[in-house]
Amino acid sequence: MTQLILEQALNGLQFGLMLFLLAAGLTLVFGIMDCINLAHGSLYMVGAYFVAAAAQVADSFWVGLGAGVAGAALLGLLLEVSLFRRLYQRDHLAQVLATFALILIANEAVRAIWGPAAIMFNPPEALAGPVEFPLPHGAFFYPAYRLVIIAVGLAVAALLYLLVARSRVGMWVRAGAANREMTEALGINVRALFTAVFVFGAALCALAGGLLGPLLAVQVGMGESVLILAFVVIIIGGIGSIRGALVGSLIVGTVDTLGRALLPALLRATLPADAAATLGPALASILIYLLMAGILFFRPQGLFPARA
Amino acid sequence: MAFYRPARWQRPATLAGLVALVALPAALTALGQEFYIGFATRVLIFALAASSLNLVLGFGGMVSLGHAAFFGIGAYTAAICQQAGINEALFAFPAAMAAAGLFALLVGSVSLRTRGVYFIMITLAFAQMVFYLFVSARAWGGDDGLPLAGRMTLAGFSLAGDSALFFASLAALTAALLAFGRLAQARFGRTLQAIRENETRMEALGYPVFRYRLVAFALGGAVAGLAGALLANLTGLASPNLLQWTQSGTLLVMVIIGGVGALYGGVVGAAVLLGLEEVLVGFTEHWHIVLGLLLLGIVLFAPRGVAALFGERRG
Repeated sequence: MTQLILEQALNGLQFGLMLFLLAAGLTLVFGIMDCINLAHGSLYMVGAYFVAAAAQVADSFWVGLGAGVAGAALLGLLLEVSLFRRLYQRDHLAQVLATFALILIANEAVRAIWGPAAIMFNPPEALAGPVEFPLPHGAFFYPAYRLVIIAVGLAVAALLYLLVARSRVGMWVRAGAANREMTEALGINVRALFTAVFVFGAALCALAGGLLGPLLAVQVGMGESVLILAFVVIIIGGIGSIRGALVGSLIVGTVDTLGRALLPALLRATLPADAAATLGPALASILIYLLMAGILFFRPQGLFPARA
Repeated sequence: MAFYRPARWQRPATLAGLVALVALPAALTALGQEFYIGFATRVLIFALAASSLNLVLGFGGMVSLGHAAFFGIGAYTAAICQQAGINEALFAFPAAMAAAGLFALLVGSVSLRTRGVYFIMITLAFAQMVFYLFVSARAWGGDDGLPLAGRMTLAGFSLAGDSALFFASLAALTAALLAFGRLAQARFGRTLQAIRENETRMEALGYPVFRYRLVAFALGGAVAGLAGALLANLTGLASPNLLQWTQSGTLLVMVIIGGVGALYGGVVGAAVLLGLEEVLVGFTEHWHIVLGLLLLGIVLFAPRGVAALFGERRG
């Protein structure tokens, strides 16, 4: 039992950190530019495809990851300059419509280029096996690749923290999230800042998509489900707050993973079998939404509101 | 936005449209194109659902991204009624409206405490909960959805024929639009639109803002439930697909295309979107790309929706 909980807790941490990569970009775009980007999940999907395709061509996972992330950043730049720049001043409805259209285009374009079947690709061979941890109650095995994902996630989170909380550009970003007009009035080139943040967000999306690619199937529609989770994260954390995004990601990742692993067993122990069989998976799936509704009910601005 | 007031041409145009629609099944049958009666019914049903969202969004100013939940609950209620041996639409349809409306009341009473983006997201969260509940509910078909054994009867008359269901849907849409049109000009609708324009002022004037919004939200949910029940009859299935958030997005897109806060916005949007889909499918397998580009074009060049291009009068 300890092994199961430990394994699921690590899985939850890994999932949470990947969610953070997505949520960080989303919360900044949302918080600073006040722009709802439903196509953020599409960037994640397209990024994963880029990485998968580049890894196949280069025959190296790491080269593929680098190339895919660069490709997604370039795509983000094109999108920002051609479309999003026009959307910032528009109302939320126009943003929803435009980015919904982008989802349609992205899904169909990916289907046209790579076909409807999911792409499988492998993690680097050196990381394929498990790592052994000696514990008092016996050895505990955990896949090396997942450990690397956790490490990369933690590194990016630390980097992002330093960037946002300690650097000059980060100060501008935080200022932009708190009060856009004032930041502009102080002479910051907010337009260039917006572009940089958007491109950075796109690159983080592709990084998450590429890292998760070998664990999940890279397929059309993978962006939509994760997009909703990323939105839940930034709502829980408070829009525009990187710290909120990190805390929210870890909460959502852990609660979702542990809920799916432990709730069915817990219910089986306390409820009649057929009730538990129905209720278990349902409750596990809606747990994070219940959490979000609850948090919003008591703290309508999220846990760490950026515009306090 | 200003208060809704019907354009002078609206009444004659509506009557002409209604006459044309009443004659449509007979005309299509005469031309040997019975297939399109089913398609037209689908358009009417989605027009009803989109119009109900337009009441919430256009008149009430509440951007809900969870409307699919009410739509789907209506469909499931109809299917569950039939499973329980109730095949009479006179009972099943009001039951669907009641179930969807009550759920909307619950969702509204929690989410209407939040504003802006938070409201969008919390309505989405509730819709996702409903989606996962129905996907996990094995008694109601789980992933596969709950099929109907056949179409229901309405006051004893069978809805099995395509024309019968068409007329039932047309009647529902007409009744809903008449009601919404009257409502928008009545005291309730005026208050609702005033709250959309300036919430703080209405609050200061002593209007119970929260209650007005909640009633509109629940009413929209109930009508969406009716649309869901009709759709379940058309397709013979209450499917979890109806509850997916992309369905909420599609309804939202319909309203935005048609014109937010225009009485016929939902109808125009549903007809345009489903019509485009039907036409584009014939040309290319990848019609989603074309549709997406068209939507982008609408956002950038017709910001107030297609209906606004024809200039419904406001002010």
